[in-house]
Order: sequence, then C-alpha cells, then structure tokens
Amino acid sequence: MSHHHHDHESTSSTGSKDAYSRRLFMQQGMAFLSMATTVPLFMQRSAEGVMLPVGSLVSSQAGIPEDHTLVVIQLGGGNDGLNTVIPYGDRSYYNNRPQIAIKQADALTIPGADGYGLHPNLTGMRDLLDNGQAAIIQGVGYPNPNRSHFTSTDIWHTAEHSGQGYGWLGKYFDNTCAGKPNPKGSIAIGNKAPLALHGQTQKAVNFETEELFKWAGSTVNSVLGESYDDINRKETTQANNRDSQLDFLLRTSLDAQVSSDRIRAAVAKQPLLRYPDGQLAQQLQLIGSMIRADLPTRVYYASLGGFDTHANQLNSHANLMRQLGDALKTFQADLVKQGNSGKVVTMVFSEFGRRVAQNGSAGTDHGTAAPMFLIGDNVQNGLLGKHPSLTDLDQGDLKFNTDFREVYTAVLEDWMGANAQTILGKKYTKSGVFKT
Amino acid sequence: MTVSSLQPLDPKQFDARCAQHLLQRAGFGGTPQQIQALADLGLKKSVEYIVNYKELPDPEPPAIADYDKDIIRPLTSDERALVKKARQTKDEDLVDQFRKERQKRQREDRKQIAEMEEWWLRRMISTPRPLEEKLTLFWHGHFATGYRTIENSYHMYMQNMFFRDNAMGNFKEDLVRGIIHDPAMIKYLNNHQNRKQAPNENLAREIMELFTLGEGDGYTEDDIKEGARTLTGYTVEDDSFNMQIRQHDSGTKKIFGRSGKFDGDDFVDLIFTRSSASTFVIEKLYRYFVNDLPHGETIESKAYIRALSKKFKQHGWNIKPIIETILLSDHFYDSANRNAIIKSPVQLIVQAARTLNPPQRKKMARTLAIASDVMGQRLFAPPSVKGWDGGRTWINTSTLFMRQNTLLYLLTGQRPDSDAWEADGTRYDAIALVNGHTRSEKTALNHLLTTLLNVETPAKDRVASLEDYLKTQHNTVNNETVTGLLTLITAMPEYQLC
Repeated sequence: MSHHHHDHESTSSTGSKDAYSRRLFMQQGMAFLSMATTVPLFMQRSAEGVMLPVGSLVSSQAGIPEDHTLVVIQLGGGNDGLNTVIPYGDRSYYNNRPQIAIKQADALTIPGADGYGLHPNLTGMRDLLDNGQAAIIQGVGYPNPNRSHFTSTDIWHTAEHSGQGYGWLGKYFDNTCAGKPNPKGSIAIGNKAPLALHGQTQKAVNFETEELFKWAGSTVNSVLGESYDDINRKETTQANNRDSQLDFLLRTSLDAQVSSDRIRAAVAKQPLLRYPDGQLAQQLQLIGSMIRADLPTRVYYASLGGFDTHANQLNSHANLMRQLGDALKTFQADLVKQGNSGKVVTMVFSEFGRRVAQNGSAGTDHGTAAPMFLIGDNVQNGLLGKHPSLTDLDQGDLKFNTDFREVYTAVLEDWMGANAQTILGKKYTKSGVFKT
Repeated sequence: MTVSSLQPLDPKQFDARCAQHLLQRAGFGGTPQQIQALADLGLKKSVEYIVNYKELPDPEPPAIADYDKDIIRPLTSDERALVKKARQTKDEDLVDQFRKERQKRQREDRKQIAEMEEWWLRRMISTPRPLEEKLTLFWHGHFATGYRTIENSYHMYMQNMFFRDNAMGNFKEDLVRGIIHDPAMIKYLNNHQNRKQAPNENLAREIMELFTLGEGDGYTEDDIKEGARTLTGYTVEDDSFNMQIRQHDSGTKKIFGRSGKFDGDDFVDLIFTRSSASTFVIEKLYRYFVNDLPHGETIESKAYIRALSKKFKQHGWNIKPIIETILLSDHFYDSANRNAIIKSPVQLIVQAARTLNPPQRKKMARTLAIASDVMGQRLFAPPSVKGWDGGRTWINTSTLFMRQNTLLYLLTGQRPDSDAWEADGTRYDAIALVNGHTRSEKTALNHLLTTLLNVETPAKDRVASLEDYLKTQHNTVNNETVTGLLTLITAMPEYQLC
C-alpha cells in the first residue's frame, strides 16, 4: 500500500472531488474543534484536556498563580553527588577516591560556598547560579535508604517508604478538583509515564517524540489518514451524554486528536534559541515549545539515564554533567526569552547518590544521599542545606540531612499551591528553597 | 431479586452474537468460524466446552524445562564464608568479584523474566483453552505480585503455574491457602521478615483487605495484628515454602472474637467465617467477566452479585460452578452487558492476534510485550499489590494512540514504538477474514464490522466513513483494501470494548 499509488489513483478517479471536499471539510472541522468556546458539550468533560483554556480551574491556595508549572528531571541510575558538588575542602574526599576525585583547581567555585565546588563541566549550572536561578540542596535522602534502583526510584516517586501506591504528583492532581482528573494534567517525555505521575484518577499523557503521539496509519497510507480523521474527529450520533463506555471512548479519542494537533503544532515552531545536542536537551526543547505554546499542562517530566557509574566513571560522568548543565542553562534561557521564566520551576533528582569510597574499578557503587537542584527565577539561589559528613557514615554511606519530602512539601505548597500533608500523607518540615 | 436473577439464557436466543460475546469474555474472542461453531453447538454445550478445558490438549508442555531455576539462588555456606572473610580482610578484589557475579545474575534473571513474559503472551495467543489463561490472568491481578520487588523470575513462574493449576479450583482451599505458602507472595509481602519477636503485618493485612474480604469489611486493626502472629515463621527456603518453627508465635491469638493457638491455616479458616469472603471476590469476577461497572454497582448487578455470592458459599467456594453460572446466565447476555468492558491491554493484543490472523513478524512477542507495558499492563509486574485498576484507567490520550498503533503494527508491520517499519515476515492474508462475504464491497464491510465489533447494526456514520474509504479504492475488495479497512476498524473507539 504505497503512498504514491493511491495519490495517483485518487486524482485520476471521479472520487477526487469528494476527497477534496472532504479534506476541506476536515480542515473546517479542526478549526472548529480548536476553538475552546465552541467545544461540543460532551467534550467538556474531557479526561486529559490539554485543550482546555488556562484558568478553567482555580488552584486550591490563595495567592499562588494557577499557571505555575513544574518540570521534573530524573537522573536515572544514581548520580554521584560527591562528584557533582565537590567537597574539595575535605581530605577524606581525596582519601576515599584516589583515582576519581576532582581536584580543587578544576572544580568550579560556588559563590559564597567555601570548600565546595561544582563539577568542571557544570558550567551551565554555574551560569544559572550567577543569574540567581539555581538552588542546590545538599545531602538529600531518606531514612533506611534502599539501594535497589527500582525500589529507591519507587520510593522517590511515591514519597512512601514502601515504594507502593500512587505517585506523589498523581496524588497532587487527584487532590485538586476534588478527585476529578485535573484537566490540566501532566506530560511525560518517554515511552512510559513515570509512577510519580500516576494518580488514582490522574494518568499522565506521555510520548517519546511528538511524532509518536498520533495514529501512525497515515504513514502507511495517506488515504487511510483521511478516513481515520473522518472517523475519530467527529461527534458521532452515538454520543449521547449518558457517559456510556462508548461515550467515554469517543470523548477520549476526540481529545487525543486535538491534543496531538496542538502538541505537534507547538513543537513544529522553531525554538527561540538553539538547544545543544543530547537526550536531555532534546526533551527540554520539546517541553520548552509546549510551555511557549501555552499548553495548560502543569507538570512535565523528563529524564536522563546513564548515571549508574560502576566502572571507569570519570569520562562518562563528565559527559553527563556537561549534558545536564548545558541543557538546564539553555532551557532556562529559552524560558526567559519566552517571558515564561517566572512561571516555571525545574526540579532535578536522582534515585540515590553513590558510595563515598570508589570501588575497585575506578567507579562507585550504589549509595544514599545526593544533591537536588531547583532551577527558576523564584528559587532561593545558592548552595542550600548542609553537606553530609564524609566521616560520620552509615555503612560507608552518607547520612542525609534533608528528607526529599521536605523539598516536595516546598514544591507542593509554595509552588503548586497544594496542601502537602494531604498529598504526602504526613507533615514534613518545609524546605526553604523558594524566595520568600 | 432471588436466585432467579441467575436464571439461564433461553437457549433459543443463543445466536452468533451471543457466541462471540461468550468467546470474548471467557477467552480472547474467536474467528468467524469459531463463532459459528459455537452458535451451532448451542448454549449449554458451548459453555461445557469452554469450561471443561482440561479435557482439551495442553497447548504446549510446561516451559519449566526451558528455564533456569537457579539464576537467583542463595549463596552456599562456603560462598557465604568466603564473602565474610573477604569483607573482614578488606580483599576488595574478591568482594568486587562477588558483586559482579551478583549483578551478572540479576541481568540474566531480567532476561529470563522477559522471556517468560513473551512465553505467556504466546501461550495466550495459541492456546485452545483460553478460559484457563483468562483466569490465570485474573488471579495474577487478584493476588498481585511483582517481579521488580522480588527479583526472582523462577518464583514468578512457579506462582504463574500455581494460578494456572488452580484457576478453576476452590477459592479457599486451593487459592487462598496456597498463596500463604507461595514463595513469591511471601517475599513480595515481606512475610519472610514476619517473626515472633518482630511481626510484619503486610501479608496478614493484604489477605483480608485485597484477597478475601475487602478494605475494612468485617475485620479490625487488631485482627490484622493477631493475624500477622499466625503467619510468623512462614518463610521461604530456596524455592520452597519453609515453616520456621522457632520464628513462629505459637501463643494464643484472638481473631474475630475467637481465641486459640491459631496458625496460618486456622487464620484462613477464620477468614471464611466472614460473610464478605463470599462476596468480595465474586464482585471482582463480575467486573472481569460481566461488566466493569464504570459508574459503580447498579440495582441489577447488586442483585446478581448477591445471588452469585450465595451460590458461591453453598458450593463451598468452588470457582467452577460460579463461572459456569455466569456464562450460562441470561444477565450475562443482556444487551447492557455486551461491549461493556474496556479491553485490558493484554485482552486487546491477544484478541487481535487470535482473530485477525496477522502474520508472524520478527521479535513479535517482544514488541507486543513492550506495547502492553506501555499501555499499562506488564505481565509479572502489576503496579502494586492491588493489581491493575482496570476499566477506564486503561484509557487516556496516549494509551489510546498506543493501542491503535499496536493494532496497526499487527496488521501492517509499522512499529508502535518508533518510526521503524517491520516489513519482514509472511504476507498478511487479510482477505481470508471476508471469505464467503465478497458478493459486494458492502457485504464485505458489513461482515468485518459485525465480527470485529460484535454488533448487529454498526452505527451509520461509521459505515459511511468506511464506505468513503472504499470508494477511494474503487470499491475493490482485495487484500490491500481489506487491510486498510481493518486498520480503520481497529482504530475505532468501538474496538476498545469487548
């Protein structure tokens, strides 16, 4: 079923006029759908509605603008915190890591922080600090640390020590709007939505690239694409507002088409500045485009893998640091240029840090506490919290100083305007990571 | 309503659409030939045929011989001594060697669980005993246990065999009693850490909350605490259940107001004195086989579940008569219950693979397993001990595209996870699906809509859209145009239902 073949046939047949007028009709139909004010009634209960206008919901806490957006970046594999924020003032750092320690002379200085520097490749982060846009929270972890990638990831995602249950951001959405799916929703870049975004009713939209967030049948044959649109984009006579299973599916299907159009239109625009190469930068470019297009999505999720540096880590970790710093810097600069930097905060975490001592293969094994980053105009700039001791250890591992749920609490309350205790199931001290 | 709400369907009403409904719910759908065969057989004989699946040949001998049960195994005492010594003498090289060996084994084990995932999918697609797999999948979601937590593929495999062997057994004696002795479950719910001096309540809690009674239904927090004591010492030694007498609390416990030196088996007996032990799982079976009740229970479903629960208790918690009753009942075939369930990802994939006759493609089982995962259902890895929420939670805008694109992959080879194209494999013989119905393009189209969507009269505007497509193809019915129609019909919202 080649593309060519059919084009040829349809132009040479009497059906071409029909095909043309249908195409015309379709375009009108789409224009109609993209106008929120005239959305057919049964679509207004849309489950995922990225097409709903900003302001259709009011956040639960007074004084928090409802367009605040959170971008979460997970560094998958366990980032080596000690080679990210380098305690060059501590001899035991060098004693424990004869082959992989970063020299003081190479580390980038952190304004106002003596004895600690940044990985030499985090120049992007250093620029963000100079611009007053970066909070580095040291020694973040949780009690009774789990060193399994899976379990520790689940713990960070659920904010529960069991690692079971719904995701913390999923629960955030479940709790806004009295348990109904928040139509503003979340978007994850990747082939699977992370547990963090799974709520009881809230399920994230996810896609690896915008091209996969559509029906691929038109790639097979463009005529099929037209028929597909014809079937999936119109309100059928079967939809009758009784919210039957079929109504629900028709609604979601129509919603999917509209979301797909909007997202693909958003990312088709040339970004305001050039993003560097690399997996993370590409994801952030997508997210940047969606923010620029004013999608009312409140949470975006991106990830960068490869941090499980068990052997010969110097080069691989250095590359990751370069990617991370540069991507964050470019993304923030893009937001500034868009005029959106005031409404976006980016949070970076990893499921655990790594051991203090290097292992026998010039790498590091799974550890515990590590730094987190918050990027944005509204964060408390600089090195925050206390660096964990390198001598007072728990089985060779760092003891955390800040529970990650204290940071979540700050994000939920000070940024998202939610009640953190309801969502996290427990009251945690709020980390002072936002400007007051 | 009384027992009469369980009354069987009038056999005269059992037509092809009923037969297809039966095949979809008691299995993964059927080809037009299979549908017709059951319709000819009649209601009673069809249900007998499906339910007495053990009389049919097993699709393949158990795959047990193909799997390595020792990839993940406890260290021998010699190895343990060696590691201990290496740690004491700070022999980093040796410690490193053990660590690498463990990581290698974990990698191999992850490969093995992936192979098991593919094996189960293939089995579901090829089995002549679909109800067996459908029930095995039900129990997997009911007594949910996840590989990510236990990291032992062989234990997951053993549990899968346990569910299959007892799929239609006795809920109390076979399934619940069995699960407290199941190595995978014991590890998943930390019962190997449930000791006399330090009880762990996880298994005791979930047995009541998620496996038998329902949350807070007929038990208290104290019953959980005391129940946990009955299960102390229930642990695992290598691949088998092991009762560690020294860790078992043999003292007197008080559960549901009764006192005694109960053990885990007594705990199971006590649980089944509660009335919700007869209703909780029946409601779940109802949602799985009859209607997933997106708006909660209805008057009819309530009465039906009540009557069925009564029967369940009368039959001593045997599953088989319950399944039989459901599949025979008038209520099951009621129009309100047709096409009323949103297909799970596994149902969607397996049903399409069994009924659309797609060609074999390279690494097909792996692709389908990944697709199922992306759609929210990874075999051997339910999201939590609660299993899959199911129903409408399967569907959102991204899973819907993924569902449509996975079906497109089955039909055309266009991969669902990238722009890549999987053109190898045999040619798709799509025309076979309209054999005997090619008098006109309208007959062919109508036949496809009827059999794929199980409706007598498809919605007019849908038919019109598909007729428009055929028009662009000069109303030719050939392999290509039928494939085209199939890609469109499987992308219709209606195809998500069964």
